[in-house]
Amino acid sequence: MDIIKFLDGFTNEALLEGKPSRRDMFGTLGSLGKKAVLSAIPFGLATMPNKTFAQDSGSDPVSALQLALTLEYLEDEFYDLALQSGVLPSGRPETVYMQISKHEQAHVDFLIAGLEGAGVTPVEKPTFDFTAGGAFDPFNDNGVGQETAYAQLLALAQAFEDTGVRAYKGQAGNLLGSDFLTPALQIHAVEAMHASEVRRLRGLKGWITNNERGAGMPEATQAVYNGEENVVQGGVDVTTLGSDAPFSMEASTEAYDEALSGDDAVAIASLFIVSE
Amino acid sequence: MRKSIVKVKPVEKATNRRQFLKLGGMGVVGAGLLVACSNDDNGMGMMPDPDPNPNPAIFDLGQGDLGVLNYAYALEQLEADFYTKVVNSFYGNISDEEMQILTDLYYHEVNHRDFFKTAITAAVDGNTDLVLPTLEFDYGDLDFNNREQVLTTASVLEDTGVAAYNGAGRLISNPGYLLLAGKIVSVEARHASAIRTLLNPGSADFAGDDYVTTDTGLAAALDPSVVLSAVGDTGFIQTSFTANNLP
Repeated sequence: MDIIKFLDGFTNEALLEGKPSRRDMFGTLGSLGKKAVLSAIPFGLATMPNKTFAQDSGSDPVSALQLALTLEYLEDEFYDLALQSGVLPSGRPETVYMQISKHEQAHVDFLIAGLEGAGVTPVEKPTFDFTAGGAFDPFNDNGVGQETAYAQLLALAQAFEDTGVRAYKGQAGNLLGSDFLTPALQIHAVEAMHASEVRRLRGLKGWITNNERGAGMPEATQAVYNGEENVVQGGVDVTTLGSDAPFSMEASTEAYDEALSGDDAVAIASLFIVSE
Repeated sequence: MRKSIVKVKPVEKATNRRQFLKLGGMGVVGAGLLVACSNDDNGMGMMPDPDPNPNPAIFDLGQGDLGVLNYAYALEQLEADFYTKVVNSFYGNISDEEMQILTDLYYHEVNHRDFFKTAITAAVDGNTDLVLPTLEFDYGDLDFNNREQVLTTASVLEDTGVAAYNGAGRLISNPGYLLLAGKIVSVEARHASAIRTLLNPGSADFAGDDYVTTDTGLAAALDPSVVLSAVGDTGFIQTSFTANNLP
């Protein structure tokens, strides 16, 4: 299955109907810089004709798993390259990345096996560009320097893990009644364990306060955190449950992670995917 | 079908999971062992249960989504109560980081607990007979002034909470409740990771091989009966209830 064609199934019609300009894409995805926006455009979000969305709406278990596999491909390759880059300090950072890398590889293998076991052809691994069109240099390939590269390596890991948590959560409903629900929840929890550790490695809390991306995170990653400020859970504004600290805005947003739609997850991933 | 939960019984399915359901070696298991529980295996056998709660004197969590919500509420009550005690008498020489993390966990779990009470009460149209009552807790010999005991217990509770939510997801039929469980379980997983790192800084324990399968990268998932049996083993919960309608 063609990755581009597949991912297009997640794009929402609003994006596509109005022949959105590159400025619209820019506004949707955050301000990574023109190069990043250009890299996102060929991916096809804005150029596909308005078709086939009814049948390819990305709301069935297979689509949910294909999206998951795409995100796992991204994470798996990112951590592989990170470990090979020489940017990562030995000790805790390397230990953490090795453990995460092991899991992402396992997730890729698991999802491929699961899809094939269900008689579905897994999406192909896309070509990734972790510079996002030149905005980053996490592996120091372009000579940004070890220190900056390392900071970006951590920032991107945080963004990918926090995105993964939100994306899996957003797909859980599509897996309701499927045998894949439990394993997806099991992966979802592992991504959250990763996210927590990477955030602490960056000096942040392991949980997300309001919609704050956290100190040192590029503005381009804000899309990962938008919506996390929600305090209405199941129709209940949890800040009204009490007046003391556990019900503050901060605690109330930290205590619940928010879901990300397939559209939004694809939009974030697409920043790092180049069309063939 | 298992007929009783908060009671002592062997944890069969979790034998390969090293520590997250046991407080082994800490000397707290035997203390305050919970014996107040309903009779199980009382002849109901495998037949469909004509009366979901054959012993109305003891609260049953219920079935379906209600049962899962009450189950989650029980676990959140335990976590909230535990951290309340932790923050009300922090162990000596606690670091700023540990104090911040444990305080945040206290906030989050109290929020979760009160949310479930409100949400379940709304879900049953205010029929409080169907809402799990406020539970009583007793931590026996657990020494809240002992860092190792507090953090190890916290780790067990968080790990178990994650496995419980992971295992309960498939029992939920309402997508809205599934999403809510998802919103909470990932925060519990963030907690579990943080506590694991406090216990073994700089290690891979934040998502350790004892908890995440190395071949498939999956965190634990356990049925309510297994979780509740293990929770019963700790003796922490003093109020008896049953989960006759959950697997």
